[in-house]
Amino acid sequence: MGKRVGMEVAIASAEAAALCKFDVAAVYPITPQSHVAEHLSDIVHEGRVDASFITVESEHSALSAAIGAAGTGARVVTATSSQGLLYMSEVLPIASAMRLPIVMIIANRAVSGPINIWNDHSDIMPMRDTGWISFFADNGQEVVDMTIQAFKVGEDRRVMLPVNVNMDGFQLTHMVEPIIMPEQEEVDRFLPAYVPYAALHPDNIVSMGTLGMPEIYAEAQKSKDVALVNSIKVVKEVWKDWEKQFGRKYEPIQSYRTEDADIALLTMGSMGETAEIAVDELREQGVKVGLLKIKLWRPFPFDELKKAIKGIKVLVVTDRAISFGGPGGPVFSEIRSALYDQPKRPKVVNYIIGLGGRDVTVEGFMDMVRRAAKGKLSERYEIYGVRG
Amino acid sequence: MNTAMKNPKSIIENFEIYAPKLVSKEEFFVGGHRACQGCGEALAIRLMCKALGKDTVITNATGCMEVISSLYPTTAWKLPWIHVAFPNSAAVGSGVEAGLTALRRKGKVADRRIKSVAIGGDGGTMDIGFQALSGAMERGHDMLYVCFDNEAYMNTGIQRSSGTPFLAATTTAPAGKKIPGNQVWKKNLAEIMVAHNLPYVATATPSYPIDFMNKVKKARQVKGPSYIHCFVACPTGWRSTSETCIKMGRLALETGIFPLYEVEDGKYRLTVEVPEKRRPVQDYLKGQGRFRHLTPDQIRVIQERVDIEWEALMIKVKHSKSRESLRAPRGV
Amino acid sequence: MTEKKWPETWQEVNPGCMVFRPGSASEYHTGSWRAKRPIWDNAKCIKCGVCYIYCPEGCINEDKDGFFQANLDYCKGCGICAHECWPKAIVMVNEED
Ligand SMILES: Cc1ncc(C[n+]2csc(CCOP(=O)(O)OP(=O)(O)O)c2C)c(N)n1
Ligand code: SF4
Ligand code: SF4
Repeated sequence: MGKRVGMEVAIASAEAAALCKFDVAAVYPITPQSHVAEHLSDIVHEGRVDASFITVESEHSALSAAIGAAGTGARVVTATSSQGLLYMSEVLPIASAMRLPIVMIIANRAVSGPINIWNDHSDIMPMRDTGWISFFADNGQEVVDMTIQAFKVGEDRRVMLPVNVNMDGFQLTHMVEPIIMPEQEEVDRFLPAYVPYAALHPDNIVSMGTLGMPEIYAEAQKSKDVALVNSIKVVKEVWKDWEKQFGRKYEPIQSYRTEDADIALLTMGSMGETAEIAVDELREQGVKVGLLKIKLWRPFPFDELKKAIKGIKVLVVTDRAISFGGPGGPVFSEIRSALYDQPKRPKVVNYIIGLGGRDVTVEGFMDMVRRAAKGKLSERYEIYGVRG
Repeated sequence: MNTAMKNPKSIIENFEIYAPKLVSKEEFFVGGHRACQGCGEALAIRLMCKALGKDTVITNATGCMEVISSLYPTTAWKLPWIHVAFPNSAAVGSGVEAGLTALRRKGKVADRRIKSVAIGGDGGTMDIGFQALSGAMERGHDMLYVCFDNEAYMNTGIQRSSGTPFLAATTTAPAGKKIPGNQVWKKNLAEIMVAHNLPYVATATPSYPIDFMNKVKKARQVKGPSYIHCFVACPTGWRSTSETCIKMGRLALETGIFPLYEVEDGKYRLTVEVPEKRRPVQDYLKGQGRFRHLTPDQIRVIQERVDIEWEALMIKVKHSKSRESLRAPRGV
Repeated sequence: MTEKKWPETWQEVNPGCMVFRPGSASEYHTGSWRAKRPIWDNAKCIKCGVCYIYCPEGCINEDKDGFFQANLDYCKGCGICAHECWPKAIVMVNEED
């Protein structure tokens, strides 16, 4: 059942892609993703996976080449971060509109300016409406597992969409963590060979990326939206399969000690681990607090959220990005809007935390909970720990 | 006035009269596409496809040709075709090549060579797609890139590009009282491609269809990157009449404005003879509304420049040497 | 059953707006754009095929005797064929005439 290794998470993510025997990788390096790019090329150059590695000249071309390769029916992986993801932004919605199941590993990083290479979620958040399935990993094990799951979900005929796996830059990418690496034959059993819906080849001629006139554009968008919304069924199915085979459980929203909780923290990504410790400590002090961790950000798990907040009176949503001039952090505004129709809904408060690599401590999370419980948040959202 | 009639000698020398009869009758780019009347770019694509044949995948940049050929739920293409965006057809085409190569090697598709061919207009190639083109060519993919240069952004309404000739009027470089049209000389992309050490670079125009198709066939055979710069008339954007589409390419050649040559591993060769005494540039400029405002002085400046460029090209034709034996090994 | 010109509903749109009918643009007839049509005078025609090769629509066909004619479903009346035919076997005539 896999072997336990101590491995840097960025490298582990490339190893996970290798276990999926990708055909093409097109990657442009950027901190903190670079080790993924380097290790993928290593895997190809060492002949461990029979694939083409394209040393593209930019991220725009990375995703473009990925689309071209996926168009031929190849299994394709790419990876990026921050400025690179934004540089891809023109092509992101096209990849999903063309229904090509590319897998992209994202080492989440702040966006310029000022230029900052450290972690937050301000790269993926502006890209959230591009029609990709989005996973968020808490730790190295989840990065590995989700990378493999991503291929299976995206390639499913009921889905046919690209998937991104988000891992926090440095906090995850550069950490050496204990990881159970699945064996090749286990992955082969889990992930069937990719049979594309259509492929660019003269034996079966197709035109991809045609022009949508006003008479058809809305219908095309609806069909993409439905595919993404419905993909949650497949995601859950794949996660069930994974649990059966590998014994590790995945849920769109993972609840921690929320059964009798009055108040709950909500996180996405690696800060969930710190928040867990904070919950434990507060529990010891008698505070009825729990934690919700979002693992599936797109499609947004509405039903799971509604179930998860049952009985909770105050929901403390943490965001890792600002929606400048908006109603609050992106996670917060989506959660609050999702709960609007609920007859019994919690008060939802918002802290924007850990911007550009700012550390958030256990004590920090405890403080957020305490203050939220007292109803002491005067503004719509607070950039936690900001000086001044 | 038909230049072929006026100058039948050059035609008969350069164009086997019955050669068109021998061209494959199979069409891969069919009628029903929405290009303007007399569109040189649509014609060039039709001829290119004939020369490429069926074992081809086309990647098309956004632009006139993508728009006029792919109105969902129909397509004018009888070849596998993909369009993604404006700046990236070279990158997408490189991915197509990488995908096909990997799948073939891994036995997942039939074991035969399918050529990846990326195309774009001058805007999609020389401006916004320039970086992607440079990258794809430099990386040594087994692919052909064809730029269809109609010397402006036609799809969006005739704005200037780096392919727009000096002083031509466009909608973003109009012939104003103070500034008479485009203020800089046209970028020579074929030369920039030669500087990428490509095994094969050529210039072409559908006005010389057999020459063009031969170049496409040659480029197709190259195992590695190749580039063709195809000069195409756009009656709409040039403010010329639709029936003069072919004549424009011929005049561009006969004046020396757009010479037809190929560069094999650095070795230059003229593929279509130009009359010893080149025609004055005026002959080419006068039939086009975009040059209507030119003064005799300005035309003289253009003539001088064309003469200098011509001589520079002749030196290359005479003195360049093939570097074929020194081609970089192309791995994977 | 005749094929629908437009998929009516979103369920009928192909995934990714892919088109699996190569050359289906020919369902659209551009002949209606035409103001003039080309007429061949076979007495002058030398059967060289210059008109055939230069037509941007690819709508000029060779008949069994080796002469050429335009498929008027697609001919846009650009006049290239007439202009390039150096034996002058093709003339453009107004549609109304
Ligand atoms: C990123 C981006 N910028 C601008 C455009 C708008 N645009 C579409 S086609 C085009 C010009 C096309 O010109 P060219 O490449 O010369 O091809 P042509 O239409 O002349 O054949 C422009 C500016 C776009 N689609 N994408
Ligand atoms: S604008 Fe020019 S290039 Fe575009 S379709 Fe018309 S003639 Fe062709
Ligand atoms: S007039 Fe133009 S479109 Fe019509 S047959 Fe002649 S070349 Fe073709």
